Amino acid sequence: MRALKIPKFTFTGIGTNGLLIVYAAVVLIPMFIVVTNTMRPTREIYREPIGLPSTINFDSYVTAWGEANFSLYFMNSMVITVSSVTLATAAASLAGYILGRYDFRGSRFFSSFFVAGLTLPFRLAIVPLFLLLNSLGLIDNRIGLILVYAATGIPFSVFILSAFFRQLPQELSEAARIDGANEFVIFSRVMLPLVRPALATVAIFQFVPLWNDFFFPLILLRSTDKWTLPVGMTRFFGEFQTDWSTLFAGLVITTLPLVVLFLSATEQIISGLTAGVRK
Amino acid sequence: MTAITGQKDEKRGQTARRRNTLMPSRLTIALFLLPAFLLYTIFMIYPLVQALIFSTFEFNGLVRGAFVGLQNFEQLFTRYPISEQLPRAFVHNVYFFIGTMLIQNTLGLLFAVLLHRPRFGKRFFRVVFTLPYLISPLVVGYLWSLMLNPLFGPVNATLRNLGLGSLARPWLGDPATALPVVILVNAWMWVGFPMLLFGAGLAGIEDDLREAARIDGASNWQIFRWIEFPLLTPVIGIVTVLTFIGNFNAFGIVWALGGVDGTPAGATDVLGLVFFRTAFRGGADAFGLASALAVLMFLFIFTVSVLVQTWFRRLESRMQ
Repeated sequence: MRALKIPKFTFTGIGTNGLLIVYAAVVLIPMFIVVTNTMRPTREIYREPIGLPSTINFDSYVTAWGEANFSLYFMNSMVITVSSVTLATAAASLAGYILGRYDFRGSRFFSSFFVAGLTLPFRLAIVPLFLLLNSLGLIDNRIGLILVYAATGIPFSVFILSAFFRQLPQELSEAARIDGANEFVIFSRVMLPLVRPALATVAIFQFVPLWNDFFFPLILLRSTDKWTLPVGMTRFFGEFQTDWSTLFAGLVITTLPLVVLFLSATEQIISGLTAGVRK
Repeated sequence: MTAITGQKDEKRGQTARRRNTLMPSRLTIALFLLPAFLLYTIFMIYPLVQALIFSTFEFNGLVRGAFVGLQNFEQLFTRYPISEQLPRAFVHNVYFFIGTMLIQNTLGLLFAVLLHRPRFGKRFFRVVFTLPYLISPLVVGYLWSLMLNPLFGPVNATLRNLGLGSLARPWLGDPATALPVVILVNAWMWVGFPMLLFGAGLAGIEDDLREAARIDGASNWQIFRWIEFPLLTPVIGIVTVLTFIGNFNAFGIVWALGGVDGTPAGATDVLGLVFFRTAFRGGADAFGLASALAVLMFLFIFTVSVLVQTWFRRLESRMQ
């Protein structure tokens, strides 16, 4: 090793801790400013951009939720995201089960066919997708967006779920079969409950990007009463330009469900993010 | 469940024949595959294949016209203003990628190394650094556009309070600083991602190697430089490809920071925005042009990803 020629360079404990704390501040201070400023009237924010609220006041949330239509956007986002995730997870667990459990003719083909979707830049297909949905009468229709979102969730979900189904012991399904259960009963009563942790991972990993997506609803939804939070946000930032307190409240409302999700499933999210690296 | 597990032992003798005797009928297999297959094929694969075909057709609004060969592709490079916007956006994407590699991924690697060693508050830092990744790119963009507002933004206010008022500027209004700000804001959002990937890579390196080096008197830096860093090559490859794909698809965050036109003066215009404008803010023949652009972007992203992966694989095999 040529290592001896390298000048000795060690981080002191204070230096590294200092760096980590400073960066934690870089992450947390903007979030802190956002949350505190939702409780300060806009006049006060203009006078002094950073400061603690003198009174606890939730008017900005009331304005964002009511006047700025966030209640509507929030419900749309919830309905669309939950339906898409449910549909994709249901379809993917059926396919993942049969692909994970059996080596039938064509099973290899179907596995790689589904997995191929993981690498495809799907947004670039927006023009044909737009025309397809238009011919089906599904433009400006929440169902159209749900179908598109569910399709985007299929590759990842089939990939993960088939791997989990493959690991389950063979004896369980055989015993059920000898008791006279058909394939669907084995799937739904015996096998599906055993992959519940994988179902949770798959659902969370679909939920976050769909909840945050801006591209598809921007193009596929036209009327404001169908908009999701990210699209609603663009109009909101134009209309409430001068009402900073409400703007900050809008940011908080949009992000809150994800923070709750993250704090309740941190380990699942972190292990899922690194699934590609661990062998 | 108890009934099933109770019978487990009796029936174990039959498992050897499972592939032949217990295979479900073709109809059953088809029914299990059908929902996922239909959803995925109709709404994902079919449009992707069609994009390829549409790029060689003329469009009039929503109606497909005649086959025009490569004319749409030619138009992308000859018709003003897209002929000017496209190369400019491409260059911005390249800067975006280089900046992200240098800032975000280097920081991510540094944090991963620091947090890999036993340390007080390790879990706290890991969670905090990953937190912004959960926020929608659009929300991150709007959040920072407020933070960086020239008049009422906390960033300039802080600078003024520290007596550094001369540094305060319209960060997103000045073409010189707008793109670097986009890169930094994007890094703020994503830094946890390379950190977690590198962290998982470091966890996969055997502690024996580090211990042996330490006994030989290696410093932390030397262990990192000569043991950990070379062994992280595959992860660096993954991070590079994912960063590349992510940067060339950037949309929401740039939209929130610079609007659909990449203000100021196109300084934050990127390919994602050009593609959107070509398809949905263009003229009657927009769909043909946008399909051609989609094909070019796909080919470029795909080719570079494959090249980068091959290069890293070769690097990896050379080390062994």
